[in-house]
Parts: sequence; structure tokens; C-alpha cells
Amino acid sequence: MPHDHHDHLSPSGHPFRADNDHPLSYWQALEIAVRELLIEKGVTTAAEIAGQIDAMDNRTPANGAAVVALAWTDPDFRAALQHDASMATAEMGFDIGPMKLIAVENTAELHNIVVCTLCSCYPRNLLGLPPDWYKSRAYRSRTVREPRRVLAEFGVTLPEATHIRVHDSTADMRYIVIPARPKGTDGWSKKDLADLVTRDSMVGTGLPKSPDALV
Amino acid sequence: MTETIPQTEGHRWHDMGGGAAGAVPLADHDFALWEKRVDALMILCSAKGHFTVDGLRRVLEDMPPSSFEELSYYERWIASISQNLVEAGVLTTFEIGERMSAIQERGLTYGDASDG
Repeated sequence: MPHDHHDHLSPSGHPFRADNDHPLSYWQALEIAVRELLIEKGVTTAAEIAGQIDAMDNRTPANGAAVVALAWTDPDFRAALQHDASMATAEMGFDIGPMKLIAVENTAELHNIVVCTLCSCYPRNLLGLPPDWYKSRAYRSRTVREPRRVLAEFGVTLPEATHIRVHDSTADMRYIVIPARPKGTDGWSKKDLADLVTRDSMVGTGLPKSPDALV
Repeated sequence: MTETIPQTEGHRWHDMGGGAAGAVPLADHDFALWEKRVDALMILCSAKGHFTVDGLRRVLEDMPPSSFEELSYYERWIASISQNLVEAGVLTTFEIGERMSAIQERGLTYGDASDG
């Protein structure tokens, strides 16, 4: 939607921001009111809110991909990640705060997939904000009941013999999937390996890119 | 409308695991500025101790089931944040209502009505 407005240019010649050229909604007015009152009362500042948004925008799946690439190449880190993923990722600069983070590894026999049936809990420190589908009724309802069908809708078909384990997140406990390292990547740098790691592969709704994709 | 909303017997509406539903909608959207601001307000207010994520969830879960269909994610969040701030004594319903009226007088779009 944000890209549908090429014929609506602002006086500066740029497209209006999608959120700025629709009629003001009741809920947007509420957001403005709460924000202004909190600033006036000294609870927060405009700069603090802007800083929080900057930090949010800087948390992307590249964080998670760096974690996965390190787990693939450094056995000590992999062990630390399995022991206490909150601490291991905080040491990389991706602090999850007081929440418990659990890293679950895919193997040839086991595929992990993450859902939050109650709401939208997600490892934001590693992947950013959750996509819309992660918050949808369909994903939340069906992933725990028929994960193979849900995976098929994401284009992932696993052998019948592969065991699928579904992890249901909570406000206090988040999961990151460590996908299996693709074959044919021996000797690759961490950066090249990280380029194979997609957001969906760390939620379990996808697989890493094929090494051929980078050649 | 309520009877068309799938419910799993014995579960509250937000507890969706195991229910029936259609295909997963794969379309995504970039978050709008106002949505990011709602998210930021939640993180800042909870970090400063005005309420907790449990308070956020309590208000969300006490909404009627139709809220999930009729409101967007961050619309539900700002409703819950303002409710929690009122309960915590940080804001009053009167001042929120008064400010909203003033904001709606400023302009017809979010950009015109928001100073930021």
C-alpha cells in the first residue's frame, strides 16, 4: 500500500507517507493525545520516542542471521546458545532484556516452527517486529494443529519422516529457530552464511536460501 | 457478527491455538509512523514502570471477540495503553478526551493533526 500513491505527490514532490494522507482515525487521534500528554507531563520526551523508533527500525532479521551464522561456525558459541540463548545473544549486542530466549536447532530429522497462539510474542531483538501473518488468526490457530499444511502454504514441504516440533511463545519466553546449515557451504565466511539465512527460516516457516543463490 | 467468529470451546477469544481458520494471509505491510509510535509508547511506559506487559494483555484479552476483526493490532494496543495509563493515574479520561477533540480540530489527516 505505501507504494500505491505515485500520483499523489506532496508540495516537495515526494509521495505523501501512507499514514499521513488518509483521514485521521479515532485511534490515531488517541495515539497523538496520549503521546502529547505523556510528553507534557514529563513521562517521556519526543526525542526518547524517536530514539525508540530508531532502535526498532535497526532491529532486523540481520541480527538473527548473524547469530545463526556464528552458531554454524563456532562450536563454543553454539554450546553457549543452547545453554542460555538470552545471555549468548546479549553478548553479541542483541539484548532481549528480562525475557527468556530459547534457540531450537533444526536437523535432518527435526524441523522446528514457532508460533504465539495467544498473541504476537516474537524474538524482536533478533528479528524486528513480527510480520502480519504471524499475528493472524489463521497462523495462530492452525500451526499447532496442522503444521505441515501451514508449512505447505509457505512453500515448505518436508519429508514425511521429518519430525515437526511446534513451539508456542509467551510474553516471557521467545524462540529462535537455528536452521540446518545448507550443504555445500564448507569454508564459507560468516557474512556469506548469514546472507543465506532468511527471517522465515528463523521462525521455521522457511528454509535457508540455497548456496547457489549467492553464486 | 459474533457467531461468525471462530471460537475454540472453553477458550477465551485470544487463545486461538487449535481453532479452525482459513489460509494464512501472506500479505504484509510496512508499519506506519503512528503504529511505530504506539509500539514505542508501550516500551517506554513499561520500562518506566507505569504498567507491565501483563497489564497490556489484560485489557486486550478483556475486549470483545469482535475487536480482533474490527480493530487493527496497534489500534487495540493504543486502546490498552491509554486504559492502563488511566488506571495508573498517569492520565485522566477527561484530559484524553479533551485533547482528542482539539487534535481532531487541527486537520483531517494524521500528518495535519500531529505536531511530529
